[in-house]
Amino acid sequence: MVRIILIVVLGLSTLGAGVWGYMEHQDKNAVLIQAENSYQRAFHELTYNVELLHDKIGATLAMNSRQQLSPQLAEIWKVTSEANSDVGQLPLTLMPFNKTEEFLSQIGDFAYRTAVRDLEKKPLSEEEVQKLEQLHEHSREIKNELRKVQNVVLRDNLRWMDVQLALATNDEVGDNTIVNGFKTVEKTVDGFETAELGTGSGTSGPAKQYEYLSGDEIDEREARKIASGWLENIEPSRLTMTESGKGANVPTLTASFQKGEKNGYLDLTKKGGHPLTMMISRPVKEAAISLHEASERAKAFVERMEVDSIELVESSQYDRTGVFRFVYTQDDVRFYPDALVVKVALDNGEVLGLSAREYFNFHNERDIKPPVLTEDEARSKVNPQLKVQEQRLAVIENDIKEEVLCYEFLTTMENTTYRIFINATNGEEEKVETLKKSEVKFDPEV
Amino acid sequence: MLWKKLLVVAAALSLLLFPLSEWTSVKPVHGFSNQVIQQGAIGDDVIELQSRLQYLGFYNGEIDGVFGWGTYWAVRNFQYEFGLTIDGLVGQEVKDKLVKASNYDEGFVKEQIRQGNDFTYYGGVPKAQQTKEGQSSQNQAQQPSREQTPNQPTAVNVPGGYSQNDIQLMANAVYGEARGEPYVGQVAVAAVIINRVASSSFPNSVSGVIFEPRAFTAVSDGQIWLTPNETAKEAVIDALNGWDPSGEAMYYFNPNTATSSWIWSRPQIKQIGKHIFCK
Repeated sequence: MVRIILIVVLGLSTLGAGVWGYMEHQDKNAVLIQAENSYQRAFHELTYNVELLHDKIGATLAMNSRQQLSPQLAEIWKVTSEANSDVGQLPLTLMPFNKTEEFLSQIGDFAYRTAVRDLEKKPLSEEEVQKLEQLHEHSREIKNELRKVQNVVLRDNLRWMDVQLALATNDEVGDNTIVNGFKTVEKTVDGFETAELGTGSGTSGPAKQYEYLSGDEIDEREARKIASGWLENIEPSRLTMTESGKGANVPTLTASFQKGEKNGYLDLTKKGGHPLTMMISRPVKEAAISLHEASERAKAFVERMEVDSIELVESSQYDRTGVFRFVYTQDDVRFYPDALVVKVALDNGEVLGLSAREYFNFHNERDIKPPVLTEDEARSKVNPQLKVQEQRLAVIENDIKEEVLCYEFLTTMENTTYRIFINATNGEEEKVETLKKSEVKFDPEV
Repeated sequence: MLWKKLLVVAAALSLLLFPLSEWTSVKPVHGFSNQVIQQGAIGDDVIELQSRLQYLGFYNGEIDGVFGWGTYWAVRNFQYEFGLTIDGLVGQEVKDKLVKASNYDEGFVKEQIRQGNDFTYYGGVPKAQQTKEGQSSQNQAQQPSREQTPNQPTAVNVPGGYSQNDIQLMANAVYGEARGEPYVGQVAVAAVIINRVASSSFPNSVSGVIFEPRAFTAVSDGQIWLTPNETAKEAVIDALNGWDPSGEAMYYFNPNTATSSWIWSRPQIKQIGKHIFCK
């Protein structure tokens, strides 16, 4: 009797476990298929978009009428952005696939710049047409490679999940068709890099960074001394010093210390020993001083650097700290690229951070020409619906990374404030920003 | 035996009371404090300032306790009308003039804020006409605990162009990736996310960068959904405000756990904590 009961119970539980296991397996498969499908979709969309891109560039080359050209270029811009977002959804980050993305965004930049230009007045130059032809050729090669991979994927039912696993588990993914295909694409793009992209697509930033740094090389001993001055006069011997590696944009020496609950960190440029980034971290108590008082402390701190004249342009309180943004001024002209940011604790007014990378990257003796337009002329370029509240001269970096002298107008419409920059030489509207700095708390309890 | 139990209970009770004593000592401030208020400030003084400016018709925005641009222009207009130096700073003189010219019913304003009502505070208009019950007022009635913090501003400062939700998402990523790292290391991880958003080789949004497949291990293994602490959030805000201790890095990896040999081929910038940052 007991034996029969035992057999029945064991039999039932085995059956139960089997059913449960099967269900789990089904669930897991469903999730895997879902993930696989979204990878597949991104991949097939990418190949489609690259093909589309190739066709569109071809059509642009064949086009004669100016009215059609702008919308066509805008279309190219849209397709490249879509292709780029497709790439972003594929599990390729552990693989060197970033050159293709960069290539796509370069096409996008070129298309955008030419699309927004008034092509009636300034038609495509000889060089630009040549560039388009190049892009056409390159997109054809990428397209062909991708189509090849796509064909193999479809024929052999290759799965992206396998790529993901292959990439995650080991380095030797030599026999994976998808990975190899993408490596070929990447190599193809690599070949283009030497080709001049030129003509207004200089978006990869200034060629040389931190070229205006002054001063001589410092050694570690000097760096310790300078660092101690910035990090609350901590004993130089207690600082841990490290040097930056080969990849750094500007060689730096880093000093850091740990003292009880407090730790500090400071990057000094090797050339001249200028402080780039300083951070002190400690628990901050309830705010006791006002933001205004803190801004005075911040100003006093910044004045310790060899900075001739600076102006506070932005201040904000975050719970228990205040963050202040200063820019360099010269003859009442604000130089927005030369920015310094200082963070002050509101419990005792101690300076907790300094970020001067932008300042040291851009600041130099500039030769700024006087404005051609008068203030009234510039003001007439501002949308008459806006009420101008404040105006001044300022230097900003525009879309194509050039420094331009502008009239800055702070204007309001309804309850919103807009900052408008009008080029002081040719009256172009260089930049319009909505100034919004606060947001309603979604949950007041947080 | 009993006295021992009593002692334990008493000790536990006193522990419970301890944190309370800290905030009961904070007295509600009546009238402006003697601090100079400037743009970007948050808190009680700003609520009073906005209410008084609205009472006089200078300020039409929401009374939210954050000194933003709307408040700034209102202060300047007030200073202009009253023949004061126009600098947008609220010092003693401005406060005196404001107090003289307007009435401030602190109870009414605070009550409206606490209840989450949609309200205004114009002088010469009956108060009953200026308030509309907010949507959330009903849940609040059931949560008397809210009454303990009636003086909080209803808005916060956020670094330009980002929402609290973006900050939260990034804080999740930073916490999942680098919660054991020193503070600087956390800021550096946040800075890498921002550098990627700005780079043309990566997606153009915070969510795009974070959720890019295989980009962050914390996303792949689900650690991103841990609840981040305040430190992670502060690190994100610092990074958004321009701090980048990583030296403009695009990648970072932990040399002890890195599985890809490719990552070692990137030019390295520096090591912070356990992470090596590279181009």
